[in-house]
Amino acid sequence: MNTYTKKIRELASNLLKEGKVDLVIGFKEGTVPMATAPGIARTPEEADGFVWDANCSLNLTNYLTNKKEKIGIIAKGCDSRSIVNHIIENKISRDQLHIIGVPCTGMVDKNKIRGLFEDEITEFKEEGDVIRVKTGAKELTIDKQEYLRGNCRTCMHRNPVIHDDLVAEPVVEQKLADPFKDVKAIEAMDADEKWNHFENLLSGCIRCYACRNACPLCYCPTCFVDEANPQWVGKGQDPTDIRTFHFLRAYHCAGRCTDCGACEDACPMDIKVRDFTRKLVKDSFEIYGWEAGLTLDQRPPLDTFKPEDPDDFIK
Amino acid sequence: MGNLLEHMGIEKDRLHFSWISSAEATKFVDVVTKVSEAVNALGPNHKLVKNAG
Ligand code: SF4
Ligand code: SF4
Repeated sequence: MNTYTKKIRELASNLLKEGKVDLVIGFKEGTVPMATAPGIARTPEEADGFVWDANCSLNLTNYLTNKKEKIGIIAKGCDSRSIVNHIIENKISRDQLHIIGVPCTGMVDKNKIRGLFEDEITEFKEEGDVIRVKTGAKELTIDKQEYLRGNCRTCMHRNPVIHDDLVAEPVVEQKLADPFKDVKAIEAMDADEKWNHFENLLSGCIRCYACRNACPLCYCPTCFVDEANPQWVGKGQDPTDIRTFHFLRAYHCAGRCTDCGACEDACPMDIKVRDFTRKLVKDSFEIYGWEAGLTLDQRPPLDTFKPEDPDDFIK
Repeated sequence: MGNLLEHMGIEKDRLHFSWISSAEATKFVDVVTKVSEAVNALGPNHKLVKNAG
Protein backbone atom coordinates (compact mmCIF):
# COMPACT_ATOMS: atom_id res chain seq x y z
CA MET A 1 0.00 0.00 0.00
CA ASN A 2 1.46 3.40 -0.91
CA THR A 3 1.93 6.12 1.72
CA TYR A 4 -0.81 8.34 0.26
CA THR A 5 -3.40 5.55 0.52
CA LYS A 6 -2.32 4.76 4.06
CA LYS A 7 -2.52 8.38 5.17
CA ILE A 8 -5.88 8.93 3.46
CA ARG A 9 -7.38 5.90 5.21
CA GLU A 10 -5.96 6.99 8.54
CA LEU A 11 -7.19 10.59 8.27
CA ALA A 12 -10.60 9.59 6.95
CA SER A 13 -11.12 6.94 9.56
CA ASN A 14 -10.15 9.35 12.37
CA LEU A 15 -12.53 12.01 11.10
CA LEU A 16 -15.38 9.51 11.16
CA LYS A 17 -14.38 8.04 14.52
CA GLU A 18 -14.26 11.46 16.13
CA GLY A 19 -17.58 12.37 14.53
CA LYS A 20 -16.08 15.44 12.87
CA VAL A 21 -17.80 14.58 9.61
CA ASP A 22 -20.84 12.53 8.59
CA LEU A 23 -19.14 11.04 5.58
CA VAL A 24 -15.94 11.10 3.60
CA ILE A 25 -15.84 11.16 -0.19
CA GLY A 26 -12.82 9.51 -1.76
CA PHE A 27 -11.75 6.96 -4.35
CA LYS A 28 -12.25 3.23 -4.13
CA GLU A 29 -10.82 0.46 -6.23
CA GLY A 30 -12.65 0.05 -9.54
CA THR A 31 -13.75 -3.24 -11.06
CA VAL A 32 -10.89 -3.44 -13.57
CA PRO A 33 -7.24 -2.34 -13.38
CA MET A 34 -6.64 1.38 -13.96
CA ALA A 35 -10.15 2.22 -12.85
CA THR A 36 -11.09 3.91 -9.63
CA ALA A 37 -14.60 4.75 -8.58
CA PRO A 38 -15.79 7.58 -6.38
CA GLY A 39 -16.73 6.09 -3.02
CA ILE A 40 -18.33 7.23 0.20
CA ALA A 41 -17.37 6.09 3.69
CA ARG A 42 -19.77 6.62 6.58
CA THR A 43 -17.94 4.42 9.10
CA PRO A 44 -14.23 4.12 9.98
CA GLU A 45 -14.29 0.57 8.58
CA GLU A 46 -15.54 1.77 5.22
CA ALA A 47 -12.66 4.26 5.10
CA ASP A 48 -10.35 1.26 4.73
CA GLY A 49 -11.62 0.87 1.19
CA PHE A 50 -10.08 4.16 0.04
CA VAL A 51 -7.19 4.05 -2.41
CA TRP A 52 -4.88 6.52 -4.10
CA ASP A 53 -2.90 6.23 -7.32
CA ALA A 54 -2.45 7.95 -10.67
CA ASN A 55 -5.91 6.81 -11.78
CA CYS A 56 -7.84 8.98 -9.30
CA SER A 57 -8.52 11.46 -12.03
CA LEU A 58 -12.15 12.36 -11.53
CA ASN A 59 -13.03 15.51 -9.60
CA LEU A 60 -14.92 14.68 -6.40
CA THR A 61 -16.14 18.26 -5.97
CA ASN A 62 -18.87 17.09 -8.31
CA TYR A 63 -20.51 15.31 -5.36
CA LEU A 64 -20.61 18.32 -3.04
CA THR A 65 -23.30 20.34 -4.77
CA ASN A 66 -26.02 21.45 -2.35
CA LYS A 67 -25.14 18.83 0.26
CA LYS A 68 -26.31 19.45 3.80
CA GLU A 69 -24.03 17.04 5.70
CA LYS A 70 -20.59 17.66 7.14
CA ILE A 71 -18.30 16.16 4.57
CA GLY A 72 -14.69 15.07 4.42
CA ILE A 73 -13.33 15.14 0.90
CA ILE A 74 -10.11 14.10 -0.82
CA ALA A 75 -8.78 16.79 -3.13
CA LYS A 76 -5.88 17.15 -5.55
CA GLY A 77 -4.65 20.63 -6.50
CA CYS A 78 -7.20 21.14 -9.28
CA ASP A 79 -10.04 19.60 -7.22
CA SER A 80 -9.29 21.98 -4.36
CA ARG A 81 -9.71 24.88 -6.76
CA SER A 82 -13.07 23.49 -7.81
CA ILE A 83 -14.03 23.35 -4.12
CA VAL A 84 -13.13 27.05 -3.86
CA ASN A 85 -15.43 27.65 -6.85
CA HIS A 86 -18.21 25.74 -5.14
CA ILE A 87 -17.85 27.78 -1.97
CA ILE A 88 -17.81 31.06 -3.89
CA GLU A 89 -20.88 30.00 -5.85
CA ASN A 90 -22.71 29.05 -2.63
CA LYS A 91 -23.01 25.37 -3.52
CA ILE A 92 -21.49 24.34 -0.20
CA SER A 93 -20.12 26.23 2.79
CA ARG A 94 -16.52 26.12 3.96
CA ASP A 95 -17.46 25.05 7.51
CA GLN A 96 -19.30 21.99 6.19
CA LEU A 97 -16.06 20.70 4.76
CA HIS A 98 -12.97 18.96 5.99
CA ILE A 99 -10.59 18.90 3.05
CA ILE A 100 -7.96 16.20 2.93
CA GLY A 101 -5.50 17.67 0.47
CA VAL A 102 -3.34 15.53 -1.79
CA PRO A 103 -0.14 17.10 -3.13
CA CYS A 104 -0.40 15.68 -6.62
CA THR A 105 2.26 14.31 -8.92
CA GLY A 106 -0.10 13.96 -11.83
CA MET A 107 -2.68 11.54 -13.15
CA VAL A 108 -2.03 9.28 -16.11
CA ASP A 109 -3.60 9.30 -19.53
CA LYS A 110 -5.30 5.92 -19.47
CA ASN A 111 -5.98 5.77 -23.18
CA LYS A 112 -2.35 6.44 -23.98
CA ILE A 113 -1.28 3.58 -21.73
CA ARG A 114 -3.93 1.25 -23.11
CA GLY A 115 -2.66 2.14 -26.57
CA LEU A 116 0.66 0.44 -25.75
CA PHE A 117 -1.00 -2.94 -25.65
CA GLU A 118 -3.17 -4.99 -27.90
CA ASP A 119 -4.90 -6.90 -25.15
CA GLU A 120 -6.56 -6.02 -21.84
CA ILE A 121 -4.50 -4.64 -19.00
CA THR A 122 -4.54 -7.03 -16.06
CA GLU A 123 -2.32 -5.22 -13.61
CA PHE A 124 -1.25 -1.63 -12.90
CA LYS A 125 1.39 -0.95 -10.27
CA GLU A 126 2.75 2.45 -9.42
CA GLU A 127 5.98 2.95 -7.52
CA GLY A 128 6.89 6.61 -7.44
CA ASP A 129 7.51 7.66 -10.99
CA VAL A 130 7.74 4.13 -12.30
CA ILE A 131 4.65 2.31 -13.46
CA ARG A 132 4.49 -1.39 -14.24
CA VAL A 133 1.67 -2.42 -16.50
CA LYS A 134 0.85 -6.02 -17.32
CA THR A 135 -1.40 -7.73 -19.82
CA GLY A 136 -1.78 -11.39 -20.68
CA ALA A 137 0.87 -11.05 -23.38
CA LYS A 138 3.50 -8.70 -21.96
CA GLU A 139 4.71 -6.46 -19.17
CA LEU A 140 6.02 -2.92 -19.57
CA THR A 141 7.73 -0.53 -17.21
CA ILE A 142 6.98 3.07 -18.07
CA ASP A 143 7.90 6.50 -16.76
CA LYS A 144 4.81 8.10 -15.24
CA GLN A 145 5.80 11.64 -16.24
CA GLU A 146 5.77 10.57 -19.91
CA TYR A 147 2.22 9.34 -19.64
CA LEU A 148 0.58 12.20 -17.80
CA ARG A 149 -2.78 13.55 -18.88
CA GLY A 150 -2.69 16.73 -20.96
CA ASN A 151 -3.92 18.92 -18.12
CA CYS A 152 -1.45 17.45 -15.62
CA ARG A 153 1.40 18.28 -17.96
CA THR A 154 0.50 21.97 -17.89
CA CYS A 155 -0.68 22.13 -14.27
CA MET A 156 0.90 24.78 -12.08
CA HIS A 157 -1.11 24.17 -8.93
CA ARG A 158 -0.43 20.61 -7.94
CA ASN A 159 -0.68 21.40 -4.25
CA PRO A 160 -4.18 21.97 -2.88
CA VAL A 161 -4.90 25.68 -2.46
CA ILE A 162 -7.28 25.02 0.42
CA HIS A 163 -7.12 22.11 2.87
CA ASP A 164 -7.46 21.06 6.49
CA ASP A 165 -4.99 18.19 6.27
CA LEU A 166 -2.33 17.24 3.79
CA VAL A 167 -1.50 13.60 3.17
CA ALA A 168 2.15 14.43 2.42
CA GLU A 169 4.62 17.29 2.20
CA PRO A 170 3.82 19.72 -0.64
CA VAL A 171 5.31 18.76 -3.99
CA VAL A 172 7.40 21.05 -6.16
CA GLU A 173 5.25 23.03 -8.59
CA GLN A 174 6.07 22.74 -12.29
CA LYS A 175 7.58 25.75 -13.98
CA LEU A 176 6.58 26.00 -17.60
CA ALA A 177 8.01 28.29 -20.19
CA ASP A 178 4.70 28.38 -22.02
CA PRO A 179 1.68 26.67 -20.47
CA PHE A 180 -0.58 27.57 -23.41
CA LYS A 181 1.33 26.07 -26.32
CA ASP A 182 -1.64 23.87 -27.25
CA VAL A 183 -4.05 26.80 -27.39
CA LYS A 184 -1.64 28.90 -29.41
CA ALA A 185 -1.29 26.13 -31.98
CA ILE A 186 -5.03 26.38 -32.65
CA GLU A 187 -4.99 30.18 -32.55
CA ALA A 188 -2.38 30.18 -35.29
CA MET A 189 -4.75 28.42 -37.73
CA ASP A 190 -6.95 30.34 -40.15
CA ALA A 191 -10.72 30.33 -39.69
CA ASP A 192 -11.39 27.30 -41.89
CA GLU A 193 -8.58 25.27 -40.35
CA LYS A 194 -9.94 26.04 -36.91
CA TRP A 195 -13.39 25.05 -38.00
CA ASN A 196 -12.12 21.77 -39.41
CA HIS A 197 -10.00 21.09 -36.36
CA PHE A 198 -13.07 21.19 -34.13
CA GLU A 199 -15.19 19.38 -36.73
CA ASN A 200 -12.72 16.46 -36.63
CA LEU A 201 -12.39 16.70 -32.88
CA LEU A 202 -16.13 16.29 -32.39
CA SER A 203 -16.77 13.78 -35.15
CA GLY A 204 -16.90 10.90 -32.66
CA CYS A 205 -19.16 12.59 -30.12
CA ILE A 206 -22.17 10.44 -29.23
CA ARG A 207 -23.75 13.11 -27.00
CA CYS A 208 -23.74 10.94 -23.93
CA TYR A 209 -23.04 14.07 -21.85
CA ALA A 210 -20.47 12.23 -19.73
CA CYS A 211 -18.20 15.27 -20.06
CA ARG A 212 -20.86 17.53 -18.66
CA ASN A 213 -21.81 15.12 -15.91
CA ALA A 214 -18.22 14.74 -14.74
CA CYS A 215 -17.69 18.49 -14.46
CA PRO A 216 -18.23 20.00 -11.02
CA LEU A 217 -19.21 23.28 -12.64
CA CYS A 218 -22.20 21.76 -14.42
CA TYR A 219 -24.72 21.69 -11.61
CA CYS A 220 -27.73 23.52 -13.07
CA PRO A 221 -30.95 21.67 -12.11
CA THR A 222 -31.89 21.57 -15.79
CA CYS A 223 -29.03 21.81 -18.25
CA PHE A 224 -29.69 23.86 -21.39
CA VAL A 225 -29.26 20.72 -23.50
CA ASP A 226 -32.00 18.89 -21.59
CA GLU A 227 -34.53 21.70 -21.71
CA ALA A 228 -37.47 20.93 -24.01
CA ASN A 229 -39.40 24.17 -23.78
CA PRO A 230 -37.76 26.21 -25.13
CA GLN A 231 -35.42 23.81 -26.85
CA TRP A 232 -32.15 25.70 -27.04
CA VAL A 233 -30.31 23.06 -29.02
CA GLY A 234 -31.42 20.11 -31.15
CA LYS A 235 -31.20 16.70 -29.53
CA GLY A 236 -29.80 14.70 -32.42
CA GLN A 237 -26.47 14.00 -34.05
CA ASP A 238 -26.54 16.98 -36.41
CA PRO A 239 -23.00 18.41 -36.36
CA THR A 240 -24.40 21.89 -35.76
CA ASP A 241 -26.16 20.71 -32.61
CA ILE A 242 -23.09 18.84 -31.39
CA ARG A 243 -20.99 21.93 -31.96
CA THR A 244 -23.54 24.16 -30.21
CA PHE A 245 -23.59 21.86 -27.20
CA HIS A 246 -19.80 21.88 -26.87
CA PHE A 247 -19.44 25.58 -27.49
CA LEU A 248 -22.03 26.48 -24.88
CA ARG A 249 -20.95 23.87 -22.36
CA ALA A 250 -17.46 25.34 -22.54
CA TYR A 251 -18.63 28.91 -22.36
CA HIS A 252 -20.62 28.20 -19.22
CA CYS A 253 -17.28 27.30 -17.64
CA ALA A 254 -15.56 30.58 -18.61
CA GLY A 255 -13.55 31.95 -15.72
CA ARG A 256 -14.56 28.92 -13.63
CA CYS A 257 -12.77 26.00 -15.28
CA THR A 258 -9.80 24.79 -13.25
CA ASP A 259 -8.60 22.53 -16.07
CA CYS A 260 -9.09 19.49 -13.85
CA GLY A 261 -9.56 17.27 -16.90
CA ALA A 262 -12.50 15.31 -15.49
CA CYS A 263 -14.50 16.05 -18.65
CA GLU A 264 -11.88 14.46 -20.89
CA ASP A 265 -11.40 11.54 -18.54
CA ALA A 266 -15.06 10.74 -18.59
CA CYS A 267 -15.41 10.76 -22.37
CA PRO A 268 -15.85 7.23 -23.71
CA MET A 269 -14.85 8.41 -27.19
CA ASP A 270 -11.55 9.97 -26.06
CA ILE A 271 -12.51 13.43 -27.32
CA LYS A 272 -10.22 16.22 -26.20
CA VAL A 273 -13.02 18.54 -25.08
CA ARG A 274 -10.52 20.73 -23.24
CA ASP A 275 -9.59 22.23 -26.63
CA PHE A 276 -12.63 24.45 -25.98
CA THR A 277 -12.17 25.24 -22.29
CA ARG A 278 -8.41 25.76 -22.53
CA LYS A 279 -9.01 28.82 -24.69
CA LEU A 280 -11.18 30.24 -21.90
CA VAL A 281 -8.57 29.45 -19.28
CA LYS A 282 -5.99 31.29 -21.37
CA ASP A 283 -8.26 34.27 -22.04
CA SER A 284 -9.24 34.59 -18.37
CA PHE A 285 -5.58 34.68 -17.51
CA GLU A 286 -4.54 37.09 -20.23
CA ILE A 287 -7.50 39.45 -20.05
CA TYR A 288 -8.20 39.47 -16.32
CA GLY A 289 -5.05 37.94 -14.80
CA TRP A 290 -7.44 35.34 -13.41
CA GLU A 291 -6.92 31.70 -12.53
CA ALA A 292 -10.08 30.06 -11.28
CA GLY A 293 -10.40 28.82 -7.73
CA LEU A 294 -7.26 30.21 -6.16
CA THR A 295 -8.89 32.39 -3.53
CA LEU A 296 -12.08 32.67 -1.52
CA ASP A 297 -11.79 36.46 -1.33
CA GLN A 298 -12.31 37.46 -4.92
CA ARG A 299 -15.30 37.19 -7.23
CA PRO A 300 -14.66 35.59 -10.62
CA PRO A 301 -14.19 38.14 -13.43
CA LEU A 302 -17.39 37.27 -15.26
CA ASP A 303 -19.66 37.95 -12.32
CA THR A 304 -18.24 41.35 -11.41
CA PHE A 305 -17.81 44.65 -13.16
CA LYS A 306 -14.74 46.79 -12.86
CA PRO A 307 -14.33 50.12 -14.63
CA GLU A 308 -10.93 48.98 -15.86
CA ASP A 309 -12.32 45.83 -17.54
CA PRO A 310 -11.14 45.84 -21.15
CA ASP A 311 -13.95 46.85 -23.52
CA ASP A 312 -12.26 47.38 -26.84
CA PHE A 313 -14.45 44.68 -28.41
CA ILE A 314 -17.44 47.03 -28.05
CA LYS A 315 -17.56 49.32 -31.04
CA MET B 1 -17.72 34.69 -26.20
CA GLY B 2 -16.54 36.31 -29.40
CA ASN B 3 -13.05 34.98 -28.72
CA LEU B 4 -14.25 31.41 -28.28
CA LEU B 5 -16.39 31.59 -31.45
CA GLU B 6 -13.37 32.86 -33.31
CA HIS B 7 -11.28 30.11 -31.75
CA MET B 8 -13.53 27.46 -33.20
CA GLY B 9 -13.47 28.96 -36.64
CA ILE B 10 -16.20 31.60 -36.91
CA GLU B 11 -14.62 34.61 -38.62
CA LYS B 12 -14.06 37.50 -36.24
CA ASP B 13 -15.87 39.98 -38.49
CA ARG B 14 -19.15 38.08 -38.31
CA LEU B 15 -19.86 39.01 -34.73
CA HIS B 16 -19.95 42.59 -33.57
CA PHE B 17 -20.66 44.12 -30.20
CA SER B 18 -21.83 47.66 -29.76
CA TRP B 19 -23.54 49.90 -27.23
CA ILE B 20 -25.77 52.53 -28.79
CA SER B 21 -28.17 54.77 -26.94
CA SER B 22 -31.58 55.44 -28.49
CA ALA B 23 -30.44 59.04 -28.97
CA GLU B 24 -27.41 58.09 -31.02
CA ALA B 25 -28.99 57.79 -34.47
CA THR B 26 -25.82 58.62 -36.38
CA LYS B 27 -23.75 56.11 -34.41
CA PHE B 28 -26.43 53.50 -35.15
CA VAL B 29 -26.25 54.14 -38.88
CA ASP B 30 -22.50 54.15 -38.71
CA VAL B 31 -22.26 50.81 -36.88
CA VAL B 32 -24.85 49.11 -39.09
CA THR B 33 -22.99 50.25 -42.19
CA LYS B 34 -19.69 48.95 -40.88
CA VAL B 35 -21.20 45.65 -39.77
CA SER B 36 -22.83 45.04 -43.14
CA GLU B 37 -19.66 45.93 -44.98
CA ALA B 38 -17.60 43.59 -42.83
CA VAL B 39 -20.06 40.72 -43.17
CA ASN B 40 -20.54 41.27 -46.92
CA ALA B 41 -16.82 41.12 -47.40
CA LEU B 42 -16.81 37.64 -45.84
CA GLY B 43 -19.59 36.34 -48.06
CA PRO B 44 -22.26 33.83 -47.07
CA ASN B 45 -21.78 31.84 -43.87
CA HIS B 46 -21.89 28.05 -44.02
CA LYS B 47 -20.80 27.32 -40.47
CA LEU B 48 -23.17 26.58 -37.60
CA VAL B 49 -25.98 26.35 -40.13
CA LYS B 50 -28.49 23.58 -39.70
CA ASN B 51 -30.39 22.48 -42.76
CA ALA B 52 -34.03 21.75 -42.16
CA GLY B 53 -35.28 18.29 -42.92
S1 SF4 C 1 -18.38 12.67 -23.08
FE1 SF4 C 1 -17.49 12.61 -25.14
S2 SF4 C 1 -19.02 11.52 -26.43
FE2 SF4 C 1 -20.03 12.11 -24.49
S3 SF4 C 1 -21.02 14.10 -24.96
FE3 SF4 C 1 -19.00 14.56 -24.09
S4 SF4 C 1 -17.61 14.72 -25.85
FE4 SF4 C 1 -19.49 13.71 -26.57
S1 SF4 D 1 -14.72 21.91 -17.95
FE1 SF4 D 1 -13.53 20.00 -17.69
S2 SF4 D 1 -11.50 20.73 -17.00
FE2 SF4 D 1 -12.93 22.44 -16.69
S3 SF4 D 1 -13.64 22.26 -14.57
FE3 SF4 D 1 -15.13 21.14 -15.87
S4 SF4 D 1 -14.43 19.02 -15.86
FE4 SF4 D 1 -12.71 20.29 -15.12
